[in-house]
Amino acid sequence: MTAIGAALAAAAQLLLFLTIAPLVTGVIRTMKARLQTRRGPLVWQPYLNIHKLLRKGMVIPETASWLFSVTPWVVFLTAAMVGLMIPMVVTEAPLSLFGGVLAVVYLLGLGRFFLALGGLDAGTPFGGLGSSREMTISAIAEPAMMLAIFTVAISANSTNLSEVARSAIGQSWRFLAPSQMLAFGAMFIVLIAETGRIPVDNPATHLELTMIHEAMILEYSGPYLALIEWGASLKQLVLMTLLVNTFFPFGLSSAWTAGGVAAGLAYYLAKVLAICCLVVLIETANAKMRLFRVPDLLAIAFVLGALALISTFLF
Amino acid sequence: MIERAFFGGLLAYGAGAVAGLIAPRGSVWPRVLSCGLALLGGLLELCACILSLASGANAHWEIPAGVPFLVYGFRLDALSTYFNLILSLLAVAVSTYSLGYLRSFEEKRTAGILGFFYNLLLASLTAVFTASNAFFFLLAWEATALSAYFLVSFDQREPTARHAGNLYFVMSHAGTGCLLAGFLLLSAQGGSLEFSSFASAAWLTGSALTGPALTGTRQAALFLLFFAGFGVKAGIIPLHIWLPEAHPVAPSNISALMSGIVIKCGIYGMARVFFEFLGMPPLWAGIVVLMVGVASALLGVLYALMEHDLKRLLAYHSIENIGIILIGFGAAMMFMSLGYNRLAAIALIAGLYHTMNHAIFKSLLFLGAGSVLHGAHTRNMEQMGGLISRMPRTAFCFLVGAIAISGLPPLNGFVSEWLTYQALLAGFGATEKLTRILFPVAGALLALTAALAATCFVKAFGISFLALPRSENAGRARESDSFMVTGMAILAVTCVALGLGATLFLPVFDGITVRLAGAQVSGSLITAGGLALRAGTGRGGTVSPAGIAALFVILSAVPAWLLALWGGKRKRVTGPTWDCGLPGLTSDNEYTAFAFSKPLRMIFAALYRPSREIETEYEVSPYYPKAIHFGSEIESPFEERLYGPAQRAILMLARRMRAIQAGSIHAYLAYIFVTLILLLLYGVRS
Repeated sequence: MTAIGAALAAAAQLLLFLTIAPLVTGVIRTMKARLQTRRGPLVWQPYLNIHKLLRKGMVIPETASWLFSVTPWVVFLTAAMVGLMIPMVVTEAPLSLFGGVLAVVYLLGLGRFFLALGGLDAGTPFGGLGSSREMTISAIAEPAMMLAIFTVAISANSTNLSEVARSAIGQSWRFLAPSQMLAFGAMFIVLIAETGRIPVDNPATHLELTMIHEAMILEYSGPYLALIEWGASLKQLVLMTLLVNTFFPFGLSSAWTAGGVAAGLAYYLAKVLAICCLVVLIETANAKMRLFRVPDLLAIAFVLGALALISTFLF
Repeated sequence: MIERAFFGGLLAYGAGAVAGLIAPRGSVWPRVLSCGLALLGGLLELCACILSLASGANAHWEIPAGVPFLVYGFRLDALSTYFNLILSLLAVAVSTYSLGYLRSFEEKRTAGILGFFYNLLLASLTAVFTASNAFFFLLAWEATALSAYFLVSFDQREPTARHAGNLYFVMSHAGTGCLLAGFLLLSAQGGSLEFSSFASAAWLTGSALTGPALTGTRQAALFLLFFAGFGVKAGIIPLHIWLPEAHPVAPSNISALMSGIVIKCGIYGMARVFFEFLGMPPLWAGIVVLMVGVASALLGVLYALMEHDLKRLLAYHSIENIGIILIGFGAAMMFMSLGYNRLAAIALIAGLYHTMNHAIFKSLLFLGAGSVLHGAHTRNMEQMGGLISRMPRTAFCFLVGAIAISGLPPLNGFVSEWLTYQALLAGFGATEKLTRILFPVAGALLALTAALAATCFVKAFGISFLALPRSENAGRARESDSFMVTGMAILAVTCVALGLGATLFLPVFDGITVRLAGAQVSGSLITAGGLALRAGTGRGGTVSPAGIAALFVILSAVPAWLLALWGGKRKRVTGPTWDCGLPGLTSDNEYTAFAFSKPLRMIFAALYRPSREIETEYEVSPYYPKAIHFGSEIESPFEERLYGPAQRAILMLARRMRAIQAGSIHAYLAYIFVTLILLLLYGVRS
């Protein structure tokens, strides 16, 4: 692929991610509302929110420094960049040369690092509370995530996500292997923790005792809030994509042809919708956990990851 | 040319030491001369290292000392050059910083003494890294330990400094004892004290490509002696107890050198001995190093999280990073004994790269902490806050260091951690033995360590620099002078350069890996015309720190465009922070460092065993308290469970031995006589 072709592919994938990400948030909210026999907001309410926030002015806390203004950019950019390293509808991710799954994890870590600093910058107790909890939970989620990643990386003999997807083509039933299923379980729990969904965090609450993500961004308003919220939904979609395309990589197109991309997109949306359904079911059927029960859940993910790894050479 | 630069640098350090002593006290001269000459020495050594790397030469000089066995032998081979390169980079940055930092010592008229020991430390470290025989190495090693001791206990009026200095002195000498025994064993094997004879005695033809000659119990004894001896210096758990005491109490420029390079003497020694003098390391030795590395990394960061003293927190992070380096070294040793030289080379590069990176960012962070201490007059994070607006340059440099040490892209810490992960992953695929499960588990724990380090530095930076000042001193803090800022800026730029320019830097390791692991891998680690790094096996994984940095710039057009498109008429106003309707937000409302790490304290309660004490003062009714005092402590298991009993045992033994120290001259003469007879008998018999 030429440089221009790669740039075009990157632009196309970035555009797809940017447009679909708020929709996924909206779909989850609507489905959750329907399952709870509420009507719920419109499916495209997140777009309207972003549109509204981008137009508004903003209030910067007087105690905040330049870091407060840099944070929304870093959060948005890291999520967008990670989207270019993951295969979405085409097997070859546009910028897979720039980083594999380790870069994905660490770039998301960079976004979180700045978000936590942004939470502390305003000087409110809520921000610090959110930062502390967010960093703690993501830290103890990390080993489980790494074990699951190692499991797939070992079967593909590469940490490059395009290679991982490519290695699974032709063995369509590989996801039924015990190692893959266990790794999927571990990864799914990590997805819930990382995207701040019930039972780890409640994205709909503003109650100080329970909130994590919302507490950090309490002082943000206007366009900065739009960037952060868009960045958060991007991160959610990126992690879902990572999950579906490493464990169920069918339907990925082998090149950027019109027919291949259309079919790939259809498969992709179906897979993401399935993950959304799973997330909605779990959100509806469970209550939020006490903060200090979350480590237990993540310990389960760690054990699943370890078992996944062991079963790669037992079976 | 190399010779002139190298010895010129040593002479400059020596002149700096002398100048510190003889320059008139109370004037600016001790500071200017000793720091200026140290800066010159650092620059000359830097030239020597760059020339040595460029020519690939193996320069060797010997100066007879006129004393039996002692020869001042210097050798600038690949490994020595690499460590000397790290040292000279730090010498340049820290000396620049010291030019400003030592001002406060001028008033106390101690700047000259500090300058003397500072230069002595730099010179003896140069000698440690370049010594070519065991006698001179141990002499330089001892000079390092002594000058570091005087610098640690420099603030003699502080009981904590005296105690830390004594602890360092004792631990350091216990380590040196192990080294002495180890080198004696090696010289018995090699027939001389020359390093080259050790290497040739360990390998059948003196090269890592052929079979080993050193095996069995002698090898095991050597491994354990050297691991303990160098381990004390490096601060591996459980030999680390002196480190969090000694590093924080020293003046901050010295702390930077201690954590940056003095503990790396242990790493240098391990690289030298384990890969060159031990022959083929046995598999179990590699496993031991790997597991000690994992334990040091994890426990180091867990204890760092509980610290609210900025410099102690940084000291605990040194233990963590030594652990990460040893994960690389342990994996490399395991690969060597399993016969995978290329993988061993990658793991070794990961460890050595992290050695360089840690030296740079940890010195940067200590210099930043020194600058904060200078500005806000406290090491306690709970008394800081709001420094980002009062000390903007220091804050920015500290932030760069914090991102680098957290292993976040695109800075240098990320590159070396990425290489470590790749080596560990390749290890799992390479072998069929059950030991391979160790690699991914070590990788997962490394991930936990890195994530906890990020948490810790959100705390360290967020609580110290952001929001409102928590004390009057912090509110009055002023930015440090330009010398100090320049010193930090040099290191911050190096952090960025070693991250973005990783592919340009990797060929530096070729000479080392050829000698120590018998493989040259830098070519296969670089791909796409130097744009990206690639893990050595198969198509592997790729990463491009420079590409990621470029993407940040390119992609920022997207949010910029979004903001411009929608936000044409938006206003940006500054308003008060939300205070829940209470009148005014003060620094008392801010989250504290203690509160920030509280969730982790609860999650890892089994390790910390925290205890708390709450005292409530009230006048009339217990429902209306006047003041509440809260205290909390965590256990330090190594001091209490390991060193406490050992210390008591030694004291008891000493008390028993007092019986033979009767104080009578006749008894002592009798001891001497009996010893003489025994020695004579031994001599006759053999």
